[in-house]
Amino acid sequence: MSEPVTELGGKVVEGWVTVRDAGLCGMITLRGDLESKAVKDICKKVTGVAFPKPLSAGADGRSGLCWMSPDEMLVMVPYADVQMALSDIHSALQGTHYAAENVSDARSVMFLEGAGAREVVAKLAPVDLHPDHFKVGDFRRSRLGQVAAAFWMRDEETFEIVCFRSVGDYCFSLLSASAEAGPVSVF
Amino acid sequence: MSTRLAEGGIYLDRSEKRTFTFNGKRLSGFAGDTLASALLANDQMLVGRSFKYHRPRGIVASGAEEPNGLVNMGKFGTFEPNQRVTTTELFDGLQAESQNHWPSLEFDVGAINAKLSKFLPAGFYYKMFIHPRSFWKHVYEPFIRKSAGLGKAPKSRDEDTYEHFHMHVDVLVVGAGVAGLTSALVAGRAGLRVLLVEQTSRCGGRALIDGGQIDGLDVADWVGQTWGELNAMPNVTVRTRTMGAGVYDHGYVICYERPGDHQPDADGPRHRLWNVRAHQVITATGAIERPLSFAGNDIPGVMLASAVRDYLTGFGVSVGDRVVVATNNDDAYRTAITLHKAGLVVTVLDARPEGAGDAGLRADELGIPVHKGRGIAKVHGGKRVTSVDVCSQAGEGAVLESIECDAVAMSGGWSPVVHLWSHCGGKLNWDEEHAMFRPDPARPPLGANGEGFVVPAGAANGALLHHDVVHDAWAAACTTVDTLGAKVSGKAPEPSDESTKPMTPVWMMPQGAKRVLREKAWLDYQNDVKVSDVQLAAREGYESVEHTKRYTTLGMATDQGKLSNINGLATLSGELNKPIPEVGTTTFRPPYTPISLASITGVAKGDLFQPVRKTPMHDWHVAHDADFEPVGQWRRPYAFVRDGESVHDAVMREVKNTRQALGLLDASTLGKLIVKGPDAGKFLDMMYTNMMSTLPIGKCRYGLMCSENGFLSDDGVVARISEDEWLCHTTTGGADRIHAHMEDWLQCEWWDWKVYVTNVTEQYAQVAVVGPNARKVLEKLGGMDVSKETLPFMQWADGEIGGFKVRVYRISFSGELSYEIAVDAGHGLAFWEALLEAGEEFGVMPYGTECLHIMRAEKGFIMIGDETDGTIIPQDLNLNWALSKKKDDYLGKRAHEREFMADPNRWKLVGLETLDGSVIPDGAYAVAEGDNANGQRNTEGRVTSTYHSPTLDRGIAMGLVLHGPKRMGEILTFPKVDGGEVKAKIVDPVFYDKDGEKQNV
Repeated sequence: MSEPVTELGGKVVEGWVTVRDAGLCGMITLRGDLESKAVKDICKKVTGVAFPKPLSAGADGRSGLCWMSPDEMLVMVPYADVQMALSDIHSALQGTHYAAENVSDARSVMFLEGAGAREVVAKLAPVDLHPDHFKVGDFRRSRLGQVAAAFWMRDEETFEIVCFRSVGDYCFSLLSASAEAGPVSVF
Repeated sequence: MSTRLAEGGIYLDRSEKRTFTFNGKRLSGFAGDTLASALLANDQMLVGRSFKYHRPRGIVASGAEEPNGLVNMGKFGTFEPNQRVTTTELFDGLQAESQNHWPSLEFDVGAINAKLSKFLPAGFYYKMFIHPRSFWKHVYEPFIRKSAGLGKAPKSRDEDTYEHFHMHVDVLVVGAGVAGLTSALVAGRAGLRVLLVEQTSRCGGRALIDGGQIDGLDVADWVGQTWGELNAMPNVTVRTRTMGAGVYDHGYVICYERPGDHQPDADGPRHRLWNVRAHQVITATGAIERPLSFAGNDIPGVMLASAVRDYLTGFGVSVGDRVVVATNNDDAYRTAITLHKAGLVVTVLDARPEGAGDAGLRADELGIPVHKGRGIAKVHGGKRVTSVDVCSQAGEGAVLESIECDAVAMSGGWSPVVHLWSHCGGKLNWDEEHAMFRPDPARPPLGANGEGFVVPAGAANGALLHHDVVHDAWAAACTTVDTLGAKVSGKAPEPSDESTKPMTPVWMMPQGAKRVLREKAWLDYQNDVKVSDVQLAAREGYESVEHTKRYTTLGMATDQGKLSNINGLATLSGELNKPIPEVGTTTFRPPYTPISLASITGVAKGDLFQPVRKTPMHDWHVAHDADFEPVGQWRRPYAFVRDGESVHDAVMREVKNTRQALGLLDASTLGKLIVKGPDAGKFLDMMYTNMMSTLPIGKCRYGLMCSENGFLSDDGVVARISEDEWLCHTTTGGADRIHAHMEDWLQCEWWDWKVYVTNVTEQYAQVAVVGPNARKVLEKLGGMDVSKETLPFMQWADGEIGGFKVRVYRISFSGELSYEIAVDAGHGLAFWEALLEAGEEFGVMPYGTECLHIMRAEKGFIMIGDETDGTIIPQDLNLNWALSKKKDDYLGKRAHEREFMADPNRWKLVGLETLDGSVIPDGAYAVAEGDNANGQRNTEGRVTSTYHSPTLDRGIAMGLVLHGPKRMGEILTFPKVDGGEVKAKIVDPVFYDKDGEKQNV
């Protein structure tokens, strides 16, 4: 089997705000009853992070959980561990109504780094990104320019951005063009 | 003549010189100038020509309301027409050219129209261009097109960049005059998140020119202090050069920032469009002075009184040594006093017999001649003012005396800028005393909670005097803070006061002006609408103000009637003998002043104009000369064109090669939806017209989807994965739409069904391996058993091929032996390349969508979007076999039973074979005998797909034909656009391998 590749092929554009391909990320879309103990337990078990509140996310390295909707969780694990995590989920939730699918290759993931990252996102997403309102750990499914995207703040200067693979290139260029245009000097 | 005075100009930095050109003439000004003030400083009174009569036009105003001073700016990639000189800050190297004249501004041939003005009355265009009918296309339209528009259209690609910015705030304050500053201060001190935007480059508004005191400080000092305090507040964002452009539902406000216009060489975007979400909006947008309607009020040198003192106090520019001030209110006395103090000669004509209050006394003290009860009968001059005829305002215009002068400063009172209040539905009241429309606090624009979300403050609320402005803004801000549940701190600012006499409405000067005067009294300067035009419209029955506007073009120019609207509707009201509030205003629509289209586009230009979806093999296709076609937002290879080939040649080669050897298709774009859950089978039985719940695990079935109205919506192959899981393939363009369609039914109708849908379209690269050698190449790569016995037609299996983890579907859209193989997208390109390498000995070639289309058409397979267009039901396409009779219900079932759907006269799908072997033009209609009620030829069918089949070496087509399947062998006639016709025989739509032997080997 060949070595898997990301849509962005490791691209980086450095500047006032840097845009970087996050590389291969293991991702599982988990639909189910997020209130159930079984779902909470297996999410915690395969990622090692706390079960997130609505509109938030948490991560430890490449493992993490992102709240996507009242019945959907994005489970992040190292790319190589996806099949293992999937079978863990299947055995834990067998007999309940749920769906778990590997979407690692369906997405592009990139990092936006720098003190101005917040403003770059605010140029493209209709989301309240004011520092008093959008904090580390907050997660949103919204849009960037003309495509659907989800993003959250890993730390004060790092946004992690997830979009569909087919528009990874568009999204990357959109972010780098917006970063290149410089600060708005609001946040 | 207008000139720069030796001293003065509070906005200027005289140590910083700026050079610019106007119509190629090199001129200079100072930092702080607008293009308007710099032009006037250089005695450039004439700046353009009007739209209809090409009358000479000079600068009238000093702000956003300016109707005349519009210029072409920049060159090539920075060129932009219709730039307003009064809102353009001067910078070094600015290049401006006047508009709407030929051959030159000074001598303009079009001005002949003015001499013909008797023949160009209101509604001229409607009256003239309707007869004779045949003239429209070849005479009138070209003429109108040529004379339409003021500036030139840009021809070069815009060099600048633009962007958007999204911001959520508690309070948005629009306007940083005294009212806006007061409001922002209150909201800021209350701890709310505040955005304060100001359209000009400086805060303070009119107060910097007109003076007054707040809390014992000169207003300029108070402004500076307040500005400093606001800037220091972390919860307040202040933004100059940013206009509140439009207010929309739910507190959505567009603000238009121009960070680059005054510094074209600076980094960063030229314009930035702010998408603001505000809980409350305070509109502190000020007021606009109204012109007076007297004969010759459009001659260059006739200006608003406020503008005359703006240029003098702000920019040290005198618009003339001798100025006549014509007014109906106290405010214009400020202009007279300012001019007098600068040593200029000024005469006041006050239409009110009683004259002014405190301001009148000051004028008397200074010895300024004031003529009470007097007005202007007529202004004389061509390209600039030479003299004024004085008359009694109460009379018909008999000339009492003439005053030689260079300029006229007029003031007909002030109109609050109620635009932003009105955009989203705020209503207005007519204030009789001040003769103005002002916001009705009882009828504000309503937000999502049913409460008002816009609060007007200061002059925008009709509080025109300094102390009223401050009090009103304080009250507006307190209300807003209260609404948002915050607490007001500090005490109200204390403004200075002065006593004034009320204004007297003057809609015509003199009041009884004769027709000859009314025909020279302009309402709309840019569009050349005169008092007499509005009166004519009223007499011709245009009673609605909206109709009058369109008939006369009043207020339809680029300034949207900021100066003309109130005077126009007052004139209309006078003519109709109806009170002004009964006539009403036209609609205030956003944006407040024009914003650049590029700012709306933002970053979405060039490569970012729209997203292009790319498959994992996209770059390979680009590198191998794919000729692309858009499919949804994807770009799919139409054909892979080799050296020396045309696109058509390439398609023919690809079809032949796939039928004879081996073809590869990048099918990654096909939608892939996983439907899982205990009720998934039941759900899919509703979604598809045929039965999916009974599909055995491991098998595939072709399915049709209809909308609830019965029309074909999508199709594709469904695979049963496990007991409670199905994978549904959709068309390329249908993936997102069908996913949303499924979620819609699950979330809104069958919310208690246990089904989850996951869109895994992009998780997989999918390759169709097609042709007689398909099995050979897979066996060469090695791995899972792909033999006919283990993996028969319409089955799928998981396994490994050539070391790749794959899912293989034995399905065929081409009629050939075919495997569609899904592999994780991250391996897609590698798998594609492995197939190409291994397939070389078997004659492998990649093929594009046109080859796919031809092969499916040869097999008589329908294509969603070709054979269907949203009006086609499965029965039209003879797909009755796919409509389950066992099921009680499915989406579309009931619709199919409606009379019209069951009509035997619906056109049905057949194959068409041309008699001469040529290709029928796409979309061609088959003609029948006779004509219909509209005198058009009757038709009996149309072509839905048509190709040259290289396999059969002839034109083949599919089409929908009246009683088609019962008319096999009959000949139809298809006229062509170029005049000829094609004859085609009705045949079975399956042209190739009718028994399906080839795909089943």
